[in-house]
Amino acid sequence: MRRIPQLWGIHAAPSSGVRLVLGVLPFVLLTAAYLTIAHIRLQENPREKLTPSVSQMADAVKTMAFTRDDRTGAYLMLADTASSVTRILIGLGAAAVIGLFAGLTMGMLPGMGATALPVVTFLSIIPPLAILPILFISFGVGELGKVMLIFLGSVFIITCDIYYTTKRMPREQIVKALTLGATQFQVLFEVVLPQVMPRLVVSVRLCLGAAWLFLIASEAIASTDGLGYRVFLVRRYLAMDVIIPYVLWITFLGFAMDSVLRFILSRLYPWYETVQ
Amino acid sequence: MGKSAQRLLLIENVSKEYGTKVVLENVDLVARSGELCTVVGPSGCGKSTLLRLILGQELPSAGEILIDGQPVGPPSSDRGVVYQRYSLFPHLSVLENVTLGKRLTAGFFARFQRSQAFDEEAHFFLEKMHLWEHRQKYPHELSGGMQQRVALAQSLIMKPRILLMDEPFGALDPGTREDMQVFLLELWEHFHMTVFFVTHDLEEAVFLGTRIIVLSQYYSDDRGADCDGRGARIVADYPLARKAASTAVKELAEFGKLIQEIRRDGFDPELRQHVSRFNLKHEDSFQTLTEEEYRQAYNRNNNSGQG
Repeated sequence: MRRIPQLWGIHAAPSSGVRLVLGVLPFVLLTAAYLTIAHIRLQENPREKLTPSVSQMADAVKTMAFTRDDRTGAYLMLADTASSVTRILIGLGAAAVIGLFAGLTMGMLPGMGATALPVVTFLSIIPPLAILPILFISFGVGELGKVMLIFLGSVFIITCDIYYTTKRMPREQIVKALTLGATQFQVLFEVVLPQVMPRLVVSVRLCLGAAWLFLIASEAIASTDGLGYRVFLVRRYLAMDVIIPYVLWITFLGFAMDSVLRFILSRLYPWYETVQ
Repeated sequence: MGKSAQRLLLIENVSKEYGTKVVLENVDLVARSGELCTVVGPSGCGKSTLLRLILGQELPSAGEILIDGQPVGPPSSDRGVVYQRYSLFPHLSVLENVTLGKRLTAGFFARFQRSQAFDEEAHFFLEKMHLWEHRQKYPHELSGGMQQRVALAQSLIMKPRILLMDEPFGALDPGTREDMQVFLLELWEHFHMTVFFVTHDLEEAVFLGTRIIVLSQYYSDDRGADCDGRGARIVADYPLARKAASTAVKELAEFGKLIQEIRRDGFDPELRQHVSRFNLKHEDSFQTLTEEEYRQAYNRNNNSGQG
């Protein structure tokens, strides 16, 4: 009897157990490789800073996260996380709200679309990091400059995405709503808006990666706190025992935000996946 | 006119062009309230275009469309519509879909105060559609036939003057399709609806209609045989006897004969009738011929001695 292969070829149908093992395997290999290298290097030179051991990293995390800082009296990792996450939430949140309404009105009102689409497309192509100096000069090196970078880096992309989503809405839906007595305003905000909301969540999810990039970049250049600031600060002392846990923590935060958005999508818009 | 039912829809001299492409040309039609008017024609003849014009979604290039004597404006609640797809709002449950029209037109405060009343009204329609127990489901959880029944309830609750249907049963499997046809006839009788039903299925059109209109670009006139830019016109218009709403009539010989006749009238590119000889048997049908066509028709009638 022919058997369906577990692993090889396009006909492969790995069982859920095999999938789990396959998925975990690269993580195990990466960790093992690092630990081996770190062990060897630390045996050669106990003062080696580039490949800290697990216990060294645990000590660093203990200092950073669970001990009050001598100078500021705050838990540094917590304070860094709070300010970084706040910046992302404000920047990306504002971009989502403004992108939603701009994209929706541009898509539904041809006059609005004709006016705004060319300029929004143009602005969306400007590399946000290239205008970082302009932002720091015009909005200062405080919170506003960083939030503006995240905002400007995502708002035009979200606007375009919502615009095209709105445009793709079947004409029949709009006519149908009108035959049910809807006003133009109601078509916009009671028929079209709720239907593009799930796409907004998807759009924000896709922008999350870029938002983190802009956050770390702006914190690296000019800041007094934040996860990116800390990573670049301790770089001077080659403090890999702090950098590595911070990077893992940032990755976890990104993953958590993405999971929350995915949860919102499936909970609030159960109809969305099947309609696509 | 001396007829009991009033003239609800008047289409006179209507043409529709997209750039240089003429889709509809000189379409004339009167429909009375209570009629179940089916529209058939070969593909690309502009059936759906005509429907969009009545709906007010597009404007005719020439001519007039009146409903109750008023020129049609943009889509509004006096004309209901059921499409083959996209009639339902995917983000609303069945019950919300049906009450949507009521809520949209209720005004800001009344929509909350009267939501109970709206639900009860929707209950009546959903009972009728055998869908009350599915009221909490989303459209994608329903079968095609159920979705179209929700779409009917959604439109009927607004009591439109005329219900426009654009191949509503086109995506259904044959069994469900026949069930829906019988069901539509029951609703039509019960609610005294006026229906304008576009389909490409001749059998469906003859079975459902109290009147069948054949729209076709296959006809001849005095522009010469090499003129290929003819827009579709109404080439035949038959009254249909309202038989018992049983699908058994589809087996009758005369049913098949009528279908053959209609096929000859409008579906055969080789067999083109002259404008002045269209099969306009319905008593309400009329034609606004051009002056040239009129003269030709007059001469022909006088020469051959026909009345």
